[in-house]
Amino acid sequence: MITLLEARNIGKRFGGLQALSDVSLTIRKGEVYGLIGPNGAGKTTFFNVLTGAYTPDGGEFVFNGAVLPSGKPHLVVAQGIARTFQNIRLFRELSALENVMAGHHIRTKASVWGILTQNKSTVEEERLTTERAYELLRYVGIERFATATAKNLSYGDQRRLEIARALATEPQLLALDEPAAGMNATETVQLKNLIEQIRSDGVTVLLIEHDVKLVMGLCDRVAVLDFGRKIAEDVPAEVQKNEAVIGAYLGGGHKHAH
Amino acid sequence: MNELALAVPWLGKRNPQAARWLVIAIAIGAPLVAMMFGRTWVRVLDFALLYILLALGLNLVVGFAGLLDLGYIAFYAVGAYTAAFLASPHFDLHTPIWIVLPLAAFFAAMAGITLGFPVLRLRGDYLAIVTLGFGEIVRIFMNNLNYPINITNGPQGINSLDPIVLFGWDLSRNIQVTEELAINSLFLYYYFFLACVVGSIIFISRLQISRVGRAWAAMRDDELAAKAIGINTRNMKLLAFSLGATFGGVSGVLFGTFQGFVSPESFSLMESIAVLTMVVFGGMGNIAGAIVGAIILSALPEILRHLAVPVQQALFGHVLLDPEVLRMLLLSLAMILMMLLRPSGLIPANAKYSHIRYLKAKGVTE
Repeated sequence: MITLLEARNIGKRFGGLQALSDVSLTIRKGEVYGLIGPNGAGKTTFFNVLTGAYTPDGGEFVFNGAVLPSGKPHLVVAQGIARTFQNIRLFRELSALENVMAGHHIRTKASVWGILTQNKSTVEEERLTTERAYELLRYVGIERFATATAKNLSYGDQRRLEIARALATEPQLLALDEPAAGMNATETVQLKNLIEQIRSDGVTVLLIEHDVKLVMGLCDRVAVLDFGRKIAEDVPAEVQKNEAVIGAYLGGGHKHAH
Repeated sequence: MNELALAVPWLGKRNPQAARWLVIAIAIGAPLVAMMFGRTWVRVLDFALLYILLALGLNLVVGFAGLLDLGYIAFYAVGAYTAAFLASPHFDLHTPIWIVLPLAAFFAAMAGITLGFPVLRLRGDYLAIVTLGFGEIVRIFMNNLNYPINITNGPQGINSLDPIVLFGWDLSRNIQVTEELAINSLFLYYYFFLACVVGSIIFISRLQISRVGRAWAAMRDDELAAKAIGINTRNMKLLAFSLGATFGGVSGVLFGTFQGFVSPESFSLMESIAVLTMVVFGGMGNIAGAIVGAIILSALPEILRHLAVPVQQALFGHVLLDPEVLRMLLLSLAMILMMLLRPSGLIPANAKYSHIRYLKAKGVTE
């Protein structure tokens, strides 16, 4: 298995709170990697450090053999890492189609001059961007809402749209932050199928999720964070049996128990 | 253009093609109608076009990119003073307009970037305060740079700017067609300004439906998410500031040369607010809104000024309210009514950032 992403001793501190300490993990190409842990364990912080929203206090990420720039989200996206948000963050006033087209921004090149003169390559690029965005909407199953304003979509469709927008950046690694949060059973099953589809199309998935059933059914490997530390990393079946993990979730015998 | 046609009440939705011709007819015919009421009204229209240019440029920054700019008039000042320095007896330079315009656009863009850099991390109220300060700094510089070396001629301003000369054709002179019939210079300016406005509309609508327009809209709606999909928000903000400023600079040149006189007084905070009001009143984030807002709010005070006194005299026998007082009163009233009845402006933004026609083959329609 080829390593796609390697986190080396990532640390992040907010004032007196050590949100992440010495987190190291390896994500292999083509797998669905789960990141779980109790609330406040540092999962989203890990996402934010990975995608450049925060600068880590220590450690580095190696992606495809090269060190990722820290604190520069657009460069991280350019390298091939895309993310979604725990609380949906769409471009509310744009249509679904335009949201996905905006996601394609980093893979397009048209200059202001090209846009002003509408030269051949700009027009062609715009046409391809539009068509591609529509294909992605179809891929996630919401193409019938292409011209609807994003804020008017249903909750589940907004989640899908966010995934389509992330896919438009042409990522090798797609990081999903609690994609099933607030979804009903049917929607969760559809989401699971979608993630499996994405994986089989060659995109590695990093998944933060609270829905244990979804994580266990979907992930190839799972890492567990608790108080900013990685306490386990294994296949789902093994993680489920892990004493430290059970302790972290149930509070039994753990020194930080509430 | 389409947006503007669609904004025509009643006709716009039913017959966009007819609405488009109507808009074109109004744009071309307006000064002819205005002339029937006197030359002043053509002048009012000329100024309305300048305000449209300003509002279009500010709309780029405020409406599309979501950066609240209260010092926009500074770029107008940069343009006007560039024209005054390069084409007036002040330094005894008489540079042709084809050189002044791009230079002014360039200087204004540079000023835009100068403003843009320090405010990159600011949003909303904080950004408004800093840009407001920037606008005042520029005005105060213009006001005081007459000592020790006289650069701007201070509060007196700079006189007798060269008129616009296109291909040896002086826009400030009337064209004598026959003995009795002459085309007034105000008309020439009108059509020249109109050409500039049309050019700007084309440019801005192209920008709107492009990766740049979408990146701005994305940044406006959610900056964090915009970063997360790879938009370089720093560059996009600077681009918005500099392109917006370019429009300000160009209209500044037109203003200076049209007026023949520039002084710091024309670039006060109230002017910035007036332009912002036009954008907000018309409807932020769409071209038609900026245009309609600029026309209404620049022409209405003039109409009032000419009507207030005679109407009051006819009704009450004497003048109760000074036109200036009445103007502020009615403007405030208009703003309050707008906030209550149409909180997103006369023409609420329904801006398109993509061409649906590319998806026709797939059966997608609006």
